[in-house]
Amino acid sequence: MPKAFQRPQALTDKAFHYCPGCTHGIIHRLVAEAIDQLGMRTKTVGICPVGCAVFAYDYFNCDMIQAAHGRALAVATGVKRVLPDRLVFTYQGDGDLAAIGTAETVHAAARGEKITAIYVNNAVYGMTGGQMAPTTLLGQKTTTTPLGRERETAGFPLRVAEMLSTVEGAVYVSRVSVHSPRHVRQAGRAIRKAFEIQLRGLGFSLVEVLSICPTNWGLNSLEALKWLEKEMLPVYPLGELRAPAEEDAG
Amino acid sequence: MPKVLMKGNEAFGEGAIRAGCRCTFAYPITPQSELTHFLARRLPEIGGVFVQAESEVSAINMVYGAAAAGARVLTSTSSPGISLMQEGLSYIAGARLPCVVVNVMRGGPGLGNIAPAQGDYWQAVKGGGHGDYRLIVLAPASVPEIIALMELAFDLADKYRNPVMVVGDGVLGQMMEPVELESGEIRTAPEKPWATTGQGDRPQRNVINSLHIVPEDNERFNLDQAAVFAEIRRREQRSEEYRTEDAELVLMAFGTVARVAKAAVDRARARGIRAGLIRPITLWPFPDESVRRAAAQAQQFLVVEMNLGQMLEDVRLSVNGKRPVHFYGRPGGTVPTVREILDEVSRIMG
Repeated sequence: MPKAFQRPQALTDKAFHYCPGCTHGIIHRLVAEAIDQLGMRTKTVGICPVGCAVFAYDYFNCDMIQAAHGRALAVATGVKRVLPDRLVFTYQGDGDLAAIGTAETVHAAARGEKITAIYVNNAVYGMTGGQMAPTTLLGQKTTTTPLGRERETAGFPLRVAEMLSTVEGAVYVSRVSVHSPRHVRQAGRAIRKAFEIQLRGLGFSLVEVLSICPTNWGLNSLEALKWLEKEMLPVYPLGELRAPAEEDAG
Repeated sequence: MPKVLMKGNEAFGEGAIRAGCRCTFAYPITPQSELTHFLARRLPEIGGVFVQAESEVSAINMVYGAAAAGARVLTSTSSPGISLMQEGLSYIAGARLPCVVVNVMRGGPGLGNIAPAQGDYWQAVKGGGHGDYRLIVLAPASVPEIIALMELAFDLADKYRNPVMVVGDGVLGQMMEPVELESGEIRTAPEKPWATTGQGDRPQRNVINSLHIVPEDNERFNLDQAAVFAEIRRREQRSEEYRTEDAELVLMAFGTVARVAKAAVDRARARGIRAGLIRPITLWPFPDESVRRAAAQAQQFLVVEMNLGQMLEDVRLSVNGKRPVHFYGRPGGTVPTVREILDEVSRIMG
């Protein structure tokens, strides 16, 4: 009897270390499925961040590089310029990509590097203990904003996808979410599209994936999924912010 | 052999190309600019890659990626840029990646100035980034030697899977000297079965990483690296000795100021003072065997640097109290003159 559902080839057999209820596992799977669908597993180089996904090199079953905090897109630039026919992606959280790595992010996009950033936004620093991220919502309590993020002292959430949608070299910028099965399927399609655009040599692509952090949000998984839908979606609306015209995208 | 007149900064680039380097990532900074101008023009002509990064932080991480992908890769900067690259250098050393970094040193600390200096000796040879690691550090003193040492730098980087730094200064970068270019011999990088190039036909995937979360694992990595460093110390010390055979006073200097010190040695000899010079070519590994040999015969040492006395400490460690070690230096972007060194020699040998 043929298997209807199995582990993607682009994932190893190693069990994820992520907290119970965390959606990193779903996003890993979507990335791996897109690699498999494109038949690119042995021609892919992935770059993992510092943050919750620091061990992603143990999970993605392809050549992997572990980068310094925030530098993944600079590392990816170096790889892609040497190996222009490989699929090169980074997998980064919001602290990594949108705080310490902001310059690397904006300029990889500005150069139109033919690489793809998978950008996981859960509005908090996870691994280091729930501190405020650049994406933390106003009023959201974190370990470094114990009374909730105040605009006077801690500023406003950073919308990376909107910011990059003004950059000419960023040819595909999309924000998706994984808080429901329908959204998971949409997210998978967006990731595959970003990879296809990279392989066609059109330019830089970024998929922002809204994700939950039950542990640091202090909610159970179901509550966290609802919190994402109710609180994050108004600040981080979903959709393609920038995409090539259909004839270019093929 | 065709002889051409070449600027030091261009010679860094020419040496890199002759070493088989086709890949450079750099951010603009004075006084190394001609190096990047040269490579931005030359590399695309020969199918190579030049990328101007948005910062030195980014440039060194592009180097990390290109090195991981198996390329012979170069970045070039000057003192403040090296400070920004320390994080990346530590990761590159931690991931055992080969690369070459040029530092055309300028006056510091802080913004300092763009004049020639050697104030980055400690930063280059004692670390700079976090953790237990070593850079192999080469110090050319002429334009032809820049080309030779750039070729050596790429070979050593690949041989030991370790970053190599080549240090010059504004004088060396800006001076022009005739060089003989041996025709035809362009090197290529050796096979790198560990590189992350996409798994391809390999039976296993490759991972480039400096994370060893279990302390005992990280200790083992560090101890393995210590063995590599010990081998480098044993095999790769290089220095030039000048009139040291019967020297009572041995001068020690590297790079630009070694040329000034050499002239001072000749002048001292003309006055009847038996002076000699040891010029370290590898700053790390420091040529302590040459120094120890010299200490068996010479009565005194005089270290001359364009800083407040940095290599001085390594000379004193090598001499180990057997002989007096004097120092003359000028910091902040100034260069000692022959007369100044000669005055110091006369004072010591009085």
